[in-house]
Amino acid sequence: MPIRLHDARLKRQTILDTLFRNLTRLAALGVLALLAAILGSLIIGSMPAIHAFGFGFLVNPEWDPVNDQFGALIPIIGTLITSVIALSIAIPVSFGIALFLTELSPRVLRRPLGVAIELLAGIPSIIYGMWGLFVFAPLFGDHVEPWLNQHIGTLPYVGPFFSGPPMGIGILTASIILAIMVIPFIASVMRDVFDVVPTLLKESAYGLGSTTWEVMWSIVLPYTKVGVAGGIMLGLGRALGETMAVTFVIGNAHELTKSLLNPGNSISSALANEFTEAFGELYTASLIELGLILFFITFVVLSLARYMLYKLGQREGKAA
Amino acid sequence: MMDLYTRRRLINSAGLTIAILAMAFGLFWLCWILWTLLDHGLPALSATVFTQSTPPPGSTGGLSNAIFGSIIMTITGTLIGTPIGILAGTYLAEFGQRGWLAPVTRFINDVLLSAPSIVIGLFVYEVYVVQIKHFSGWAGTAALAIIVIPIVIRTTENMLKLVPATLREAAAALGAPQWKIINFVTLRAARAGIITGVMLAIARISGETAPLLFTSLNNQFWNDNMNQPMANLPVVIFQFAMSPYEDWQNLAWAGALLITISVLTLNILARVLFRQSASTH
Repeated sequence: MPIRLHDARLKRQTILDTLFRNLTRLAALGVLALLAAILGSLIIGSMPAIHAFGFGFLVNPEWDPVNDQFGALIPIIGTLITSVIALSIAIPVSFGIALFLTELSPRVLRRPLGVAIELLAGIPSIIYGMWGLFVFAPLFGDHVEPWLNQHIGTLPYVGPFFSGPPMGIGILTASIILAIMVIPFIASVMRDVFDVVPTLLKESAYGLGSTTWEVMWSIVLPYTKVGVAGGIMLGLGRALGETMAVTFVIGNAHELTKSLLNPGNSISSALANEFTEAFGELYTASLIELGLILFFITFVVLSLARYMLYKLGQREGKAA
Repeated sequence: MMDLYTRRRLINSAGLTIAILAMAFGLFWLCWILWTLLDHGLPALSATVFTQSTPPPGSTGGLSNAIFGSIIMTITGTLIGTPIGILAGTYLAEFGQRGWLAPVTRFINDVLLSAPSIVIGLFVYEVYVVQIKHFSGWAGTAALAIIVIPIVIRTTENMLKLVPATLREAAAALGAPQWKIINFVTLRAARAGIITGVMLAIARISGETAPLLFTSLNNQFWNDNMNQPMANLPVVIFQFAMSPYEDWQNLAWAGALLITISVLTLNILARVLFRQSASTH
């Protein structure tokens, strides 16, 4: 009977459907398993260091492979300081770029200029590092740092941060290169987020006689503030985890100094420089614990970023 | 005392001038970096770069083993990562309307998307290199595949969501089972977008250095055995650029130019391809 035949074929298709659905589900579960495996392996790998140093690891400035004494304070501070300085440069510049791309640029130029900024994000970080080491750092050390020493280094309060040997290599150089690297990330999120603002809202403001700047500052920015914050956090996540560009120019010195012109260290550059040469269980475990700390910090920052962008997305859905 | 109107106009032009300067600031770095690469890289490029292996200090050589290793590891990494990414992305877009798995996966995936790549290298080192007790090309491939997966998941989901629901409904009305609808209708409609994502993923991993440092490391000699440490352009560039030898530094510039050209070409190609396919729909 034809109906029977149809039933058998239907059954086969149902089985194939179930198979396919579960195959894709397995792949999705794989992503969760991957995160669990990364966390698990880092925790297991850093166990010897956790046992040996406990929470003191986080605040101990010592890093002495010869005597097996390790503390993460200097790399953690280095990572945070370079990222914060980088963001304080990158945020205003990114806002300017996003403003230019959404409101000012002639329509013909909008796309090519946007692509150019995105290409800046596409350049591999090792290229930034090499360029920083061979081109930027020498120029910076010869021309900018002596000036900083003379003019800002002598001021009270801020002076000590800007006085030091003008070597070109150091925390400030690393921060500036990081800033150049995160500008395209923050700028393209800001641009996308500014595009979300309903044209009606902007036109109403223009109609009331607002200037372009006022529309940006009092209409677009308040409307998109959650998304802008998300973009900034995304840039922060990038800056915290960036390895190669920083490794080339930060100087890799385990020293705690006030001056931003001195060489320092960051978590990722300590890993890149020392991991393959680390001897002994405790040394390796301490480096892996550094990696764990880095992963934890970036995880928190990126989660916040995604949460904020998601919030903006929800609002956009409601408005529409 | 200037009047309110003049002040508002002044603030406006100051703000807009700063915006233009910011744009110029961004482009300035791009041009400067590209110029440096051409300036240092072009004189260092020669036929021997492609035909000879990396030299010991003080003698001449090329980058052939590193170029070969990079290409092999990038291709295998992409081949492993892409299918997993497409499957998971399909789940998120097509089956993820209900339940906890899809939102959680989407969130975790977005975090993994920008997780520090050096941590991925540490992870592969811990679970693979430590077990087999030596660095290997496969370990490098695994690290690169892990970086590819989140990128492909993201683009696959985004592109599948752009496929109009009417297309799915039309196929379903003709009696097609769901696996056929997805494989032969929606994934096909989203093909150009997904290929764009894969190309961007290739661009991303071909410049990645940090995850390869602890996994594939480097090899001074020509090696086509994936079970052995494999030379690759980024790590060679890192080691040669940090070295005091001028020959090595020149080779590093040549390698840097090669990587940047291929990465930027892939980036531009991906965009052009996506734009063309978008305009034909």
